Amino acid sequence: MDNSKAIFLKEATVNAADGVQRAFISKALGGYYTNRDLQKARYRDWERARDAASMAKWSAVNDLANVLEKFVKNFERNGGVVHWARDAAEARDIILKIAEDAKAKAIVKSKCMTSEEIHLNDALEKAGFGVVESDLGEFIQQLRGEAPYHFVFPCMHVKREAISELFTKHLGTAPTDSPEELTMIARRHLRQLYVDADIGITGANFLVAETGQISITENEGNARLTAALPRIHIALSGIEKVVNELDDLSVLLPMLATAGAGQPMTCYNTLYSGPRKKGECDGPEEFHIVLLDNARTRLLADPEQRDALHCIRCGACLNVCPIFKNIGGLAYGTTYQGPIGSVITPHLRGLKQWNHLSGASSLCGACTDACPVRIDLHHHLLHNRRNAAKESPTLFDRVFHNGFNFVIKRPWLFAAGGRIFRASLPLLQKLPLPYMGAWMKTRDLPKAPTQSFREQWKHDHV
Amino acid sequence: MRVSLFVPCFVDQLTPKVGLATAKVLKRLGHVVEFRSAQTCCGQPSFNSGQWDVAREAAIRALGVFRGADVVVGPSGSCVAMMRNFYPELLKGTPHAAEADDLAARTFEFSEFLVKKLGVTDVGAKFAKKVTYHDGCHALRELRLKEEPRQLLRAVKGLELIESEEGESCCGFGGLFSAKFPMISTAMVQVKGGALARTGADFVVSSDPSCLLQIGGWLSREGKPILPLHIAEVLANDA
Amino acid sequence: MSDARTDIFARIREALKVKAPKPHLKAETSSPNTSVAAKPWLPDGGETAEDSLLILAEQLAKLKAVLIRVPDHASAAKAFAELATTKSWKKVAYHGHELTRPLAATLTCEAWEADASFDKQKLEGSDAGLTTCESIVAQLGSILVSSRSSGGRALSVLPHVHVVIAEASQVVPDLGAALALVKARHGTDMPSMLSFITGPSRTGDIERILVLGAHGPKELFLILVG
Repeated sequence: MDNSKAIFLKEATVNAADGVQRAFISKALGGYYTNRDLQKARYRDWERARDAASMAKWSAVNDLANVLEKFVKNFERNGGVVHWARDAAEARDIILKIAEDAKAKAIVKSKCMTSEEIHLNDALEKAGFGVVESDLGEFIQQLRGEAPYHFVFPCMHVKREAISELFTKHLGTAPTDSPEELTMIARRHLRQLYVDADIGITGANFLVAETGQISITENEGNARLTAALPRIHIALSGIEKVVNELDDLSVLLPMLATAGAGQPMTCYNTLYSGPRKKGECDGPEEFHIVLLDNARTRLLADPEQRDALHCIRCGACLNVCPIFKNIGGLAYGTTYQGPIGSVITPHLRGLKQWNHLSGASSLCGACTDACPVRIDLHHHLLHNRRNAAKESPTLFDRVFHNGFNFVIKRPWLFAAGGRIFRASLPLLQKLPLPYMGAWMKTRDLPKAPTQSFREQWKHDHV
Repeated sequence: MRVSLFVPCFVDQLTPKVGLATAKVLKRLGHVVEFRSAQTCCGQPSFNSGQWDVAREAAIRALGVFRGADVVVGPSGSCVAMMRNFYPELLKGTPHAAEADDLAARTFEFSEFLVKKLGVTDVGAKFAKKVTYHDGCHALRELRLKEEPRQLLRAVKGLELIESEEGESCCGFGGLFSAKFPMISTAMVQVKGGALARTGADFVVSSDPSCLLQIGGWLSREGKPILPLHIAEVLANDA
Repeated sequence: MSDARTDIFARIREALKVKAPKPHLKAETSSPNTSVAAKPWLPDGGETAEDSLLILAEQLAKLKAVLIRVPDHASAAKAFAELATTKSWKKVAYHGHELTRPLAATLTCEAWEADASFDKQKLEGSDAGLTTCESIVAQLGSILVSSRSSGGRALSVLPHVHVVIAEASQVVPDLGAALALVKARHGTDMPSMLSFITGPSRTGDIERILVLGAHGPKELFLILVG
């Protein structure tokens, strides 16, 4: 029995009532808004840049077979090994097999949402491999035993005191309330792990078909180290991350940074083509890429929402979303939170179980305006609602809307119904009715007028 | 010009003064105003709930109601967005597609009609109060109206316009969303309503009666000293 | 059973049988061809070399990277030696190159050529790494290093401080120009790693408060000659 909706409602109710936590999230995002606006102002025409970014992704996604084939050919020519995974289980098996063949003792990972999607850490740990997240936010979430709260800012909900306690408990360090000191604790702890690890696992932000390179975007330098020191580098990527040309990155990289984090450019944007080359002094001996479908082709098959595959995972839609800010990222129960998660999760994991995320939106459209690749996010929430109503209509919706339709088809009945509604409003407000009662719990309704507009108009214009 | 009023159903039933104010301003500017009483609801509640078959019926009915009208003007960004943007989407590929596009081109939100279609910003209104403006999301993001209502308000004699924090944030109404997910909707109006109250304005003005229902309902419950008012009511005031 | 690759390609081809409309482009006159070199809607990288240098200086300052402009190579060596003294470096790793060797030679502390005798433990214990670069992007303040220009992958990221020595002629206006230069220079034989470094390593993971030196260098210096 899938109870994703019940969990969502419970979590959302608790979190939406937590004013302190909501204020904390709001404050944390304040600096982002300022920096994003400063950086956007440097674009000579942000809207045109969005056009170009969306077209770069559109042209690759809509020619995916050819572009992917070209990428693979060039990736292999560069000396990398390509693996294909239809679903999460296949991807896990491929990575486990590489780890087993390498007799790996230690695995270090840099941030990779696709690995969250396939629950890779669990699988590696069950098979006896130690795996450590090296991104500071992911490292903290790993110690907390909690999924990322936001797919770009994984632990933005955790206060420094809690992080200090966590480090004291797991790393034995002295308590501190300085974010800088806390960062340095993690830095010291993780450095030796890079040196000792046999395998480094990363994600990929873009796969460049023209050159067979993968592009990884990060701020901390942990992905750089993960792909530099271990003997084997494994990159896990969704098949939709491919772009046609190297030059596409001249648009996509700055926009990813500006939209996602309010930066001109993320600190490290790194292109990898193959393992260590002849004449190079370091770098892995093996370079594998696991290309994952995991229902992406199902989304691809829906031309109306295909543009959701343009997503570059910048997180801008979460940062501006009033739903995300008020219920928090964990309530979603998904790998990808916020508007993009509400759009794609029903495709990836089933519409019936996940349509409530599309319902839980006022359709304000802030996400769509924020999206650097112009995904029609809030309209896709409407599309999901429509598809769900077709696929598995709820009894309430059927009764309510057919009844409503019956009334609005008949202006006389609409007018008469309105009169009865207005007359009984004082009573209705006192009854514990579903929906209306929920509305009235926190808000007043205006006093109903004796005459409707149409009645007054008739009176004035006869 | 002959203007056909498009009156949202909850304006009809709950805040008729908004509809009357709209008509008053248009008449003051010398236009002939009609109200076609066959109109009911535009179908947005069903559309937003995924019941597109029901919404499509409502859309086709509205095409008939407003057939032949020169221009259709509604005092609601949300309902106008339904006609302007979503009727064409609903009726795409049907025999009604061309008429839906045609109605979309003839339909205007009230402030949009005044500023963009008529080129008027001063409608001869007086209102010596401090007001803050709330952008309804549909007006802001579906119809791309931001400056139009502000231009109108700035031209009102005696009116002081104060911008709020959370200027472009949603009030949390979202139609049935506000009843189906009341906890999220309430959290949103707390953020929005709180910011509006902090401006110290006497009134929160909007071009969307549905937002005003939500914001006003919360402000009233919380006892905040700021009242909801539709922009048409401000512009209708000439005394 | 067919293999995963065959299956996935079959699914893709099947899915793409129905075409998707182009995105709703906002700029009506837009010709969003990303392959044209000039993209006059992105942040400005400068029309002239002089403009570009000004923009670069401004960007680096905002990124909290330090730009040291010197007139010639002798002054570069002097500036580097001063830096080593001020920071009390004990061990400096460097990429063996005609630009770096004269700088390393002026040091009084231990200096070792990382790419000649790579030792990751020793590298981790080095106070600073000195490298060259492929190019410098004025538009964004990014320094492009590669596994060829920077003595492998780790030297520019593992030591606690990263110093780049470059000539002013290596400054290009924008990211597109830097990528075009990479293609022209390396063709199909790309270095196995190319990295745009934009300021010192950073994180905002704790309460979104900026901290420099998350895993990579806490400080980044660019010594620009000419």
